[in-house]
Amino acid sequence: MAEQTLATTTAAPAEPAAPQHRIPSVIADNVHVVYRVHGRGSPGSGSPVAALRRIVTRTSGPAVREIHAVKGVSFVAYRGEAIGLIGTNGSGKSTLLRAVAGLLPCERGSIYTAGQPSLLGVNAALVKDLSGERNVELGCLAMGMTPEQVRRLTPEIIEFSGINRRGDFSSLPMRTYSSGMSARLRFSIAAAKQHDVLLIDEALATGDAQFRKRSEQRVRELRAAAGTVFLVSHALSSIRDTCERTIWLESGVIRADGPTDVVLKEYEEFSKTR
Amino acid sequence: MTETVIADPDSGLTGAQLAARHGLRVAGARPSLAEYTRQLWSYRHFIAAHSRGRLVATFTKARLGQLWQVLTPLTNAAVYYLIFGMVLKTSRGIDNFIAYLCIGLFLFTFTQNAVIHGTQSITNNLGLIRALHFPRACLPLSVTLTQLQQLIASMVVLFGIILVTGEPLTMAWLLVVPVLLLQSLFNAGLVLALARLGSKITDLKQLMPFVTRTWMYASGVLYSVTRFTDLPGPAAEILQLNPLLVYIELARDALLASAPSAIPASRLWLLGVGWALLMAVGGYIYFWLGEKEYGRG
Repeated sequence: MAEQTLATTTAAPAEPAAPQHRIPSVIADNVHVVYRVHGRGSPGSGSPVAALRRIVTRTSGPAVREIHAVKGVSFVAYRGEAIGLIGTNGSGKSTLLRAVAGLLPCERGSIYTAGQPSLLGVNAALVKDLSGERNVELGCLAMGMTPEQVRRLTPEIIEFSGINRRGDFSSLPMRTYSSGMSARLRFSIAAAKQHDVLLIDEALATGDAQFRKRSEQRVRELRAAAGTVFLVSHALSSIRDTCERTIWLESGVIRADGPTDVVLKEYEEFSKTR
Repeated sequence: MTETVIADPDSGLTGAQLAARHGLRVAGARPSLAEYTRQLWSYRHFIAAHSRGRLVATFTKARLGQLWQVLTPLTNAAVYYLIFGMVLKTSRGIDNFIAYLCIGLFLFTFTQNAVIHGTQSITNNLGLIRALHFPRACLPLSVTLTQLQQLIASMVVLFGIILVTGEPLTMAWLLVVPVLLLQSLFNAGLVLALARLGSKITDLKQLMPFVTRTWMYASGVLYSVTRFTDLPGPAAEILQLNPLLVYIELARDALLASAPSAIPASRLWLLGVGWALLMAVGGYIYFWLGEKEYGRG
């Protein structure tokens, strides 16, 4: 079993790096994440009377299901590393990222991070009714920038996103954007700041080839400035281009953790046999 | 499987020890109350920008645009005047019923809208919450600020209505400023508390319209509160504690020379300040306690 030799819970990348020079930025220590889904859809559950009855009787909705999405994951990520996260749909990649970002509490175990990780996901819509420019302003302020910094950076962010290439889109509401355009704008906003830990969840997938190239360049710059980047993607080529280490999650457990080319080979063989 | 495993094979440390050595913190831990307040203050520009953005976005699809900020309260007042003033004649005993009604209605709408939007302030902004890190209290506070801005617009209309209906412009009008500040403080606390509740109990959104309507009928918006003081026993006492009734009565006292105030002013002010402080502090602490749970679900 080739997988067995790679399967590891101790997060030791295969290359023998000198431990003294590596500073950890994310430590996951036997992390379990359970989340609850409020089921909607049974007839009558949305009426005020049903809502009142649920509040009075203290029952929690018609169908609350618990999903144990991450089951005992441990790894250590170091500064300057870019780590790819792969796995089939529903394997817990996005859940793990959200736990690292501190957005989902761990049921058991804990995650330690240096600074505040930022999660960049596809569904991270800002305010749809506002113009792109205003969204840039809001996003930057939400990342803790001062108004002066925002004023200085806004043209750069708009330029980087390239949304103005087909006319003046930055003054139009974001609901008029194509999915690719808004994904690009979101990435550009998040990438404007130097993050200690940046978590990217499929956010690069919607951009065109040209933007993908520029954003991969930006990811490399962020890494060079001693940040750690996590990248969830189904586009294996983009993982291969940006990450030298890859973690393979399957059904909430780490199946392999090591150099990208080795893990990807394993993963490709696994996908073929399925 | 053991609870903790060796995280770093070279040094033989567990995850927690390694984290402690390099000064790493638990992801998504809740800051202390003082630290949280400091963070919130450093995010004041974000709160202002978010509230401005919401204000712009509200009427962005209407052709008359921002004019609706003034038209909405005016239309509301006209409808209620038609029903309660002309048809049901609840105006008995009130000299200037139009002004009386408008003050109650506009102040009540301030809290009502804050409550309705505040309940959804977490659930409607999940995208923002999941994408970026900022003190979550920014969102309910921005709702309160948006509603305050809308109230100021409707106040201009209100002053016009009061003057047109023949009330004198007196120094007492200045008292409206502290009344509205107290009510804003009360709203902020209430919105913070409801934002946390609304993020947990998703059904609250459906219930809120009924709660606010009941509240309106108990706040003496559409008829004189003297009807309440005639109630027997403790019922009247309890109804008079209603914070919205207090703020509305205070505003009427300040703006209308002919207001039939059944409750002594000193008692009203005491209740107004008490409610504002209680709600603001209580709501803020309650919201802070749930800080790390927002964005879940």
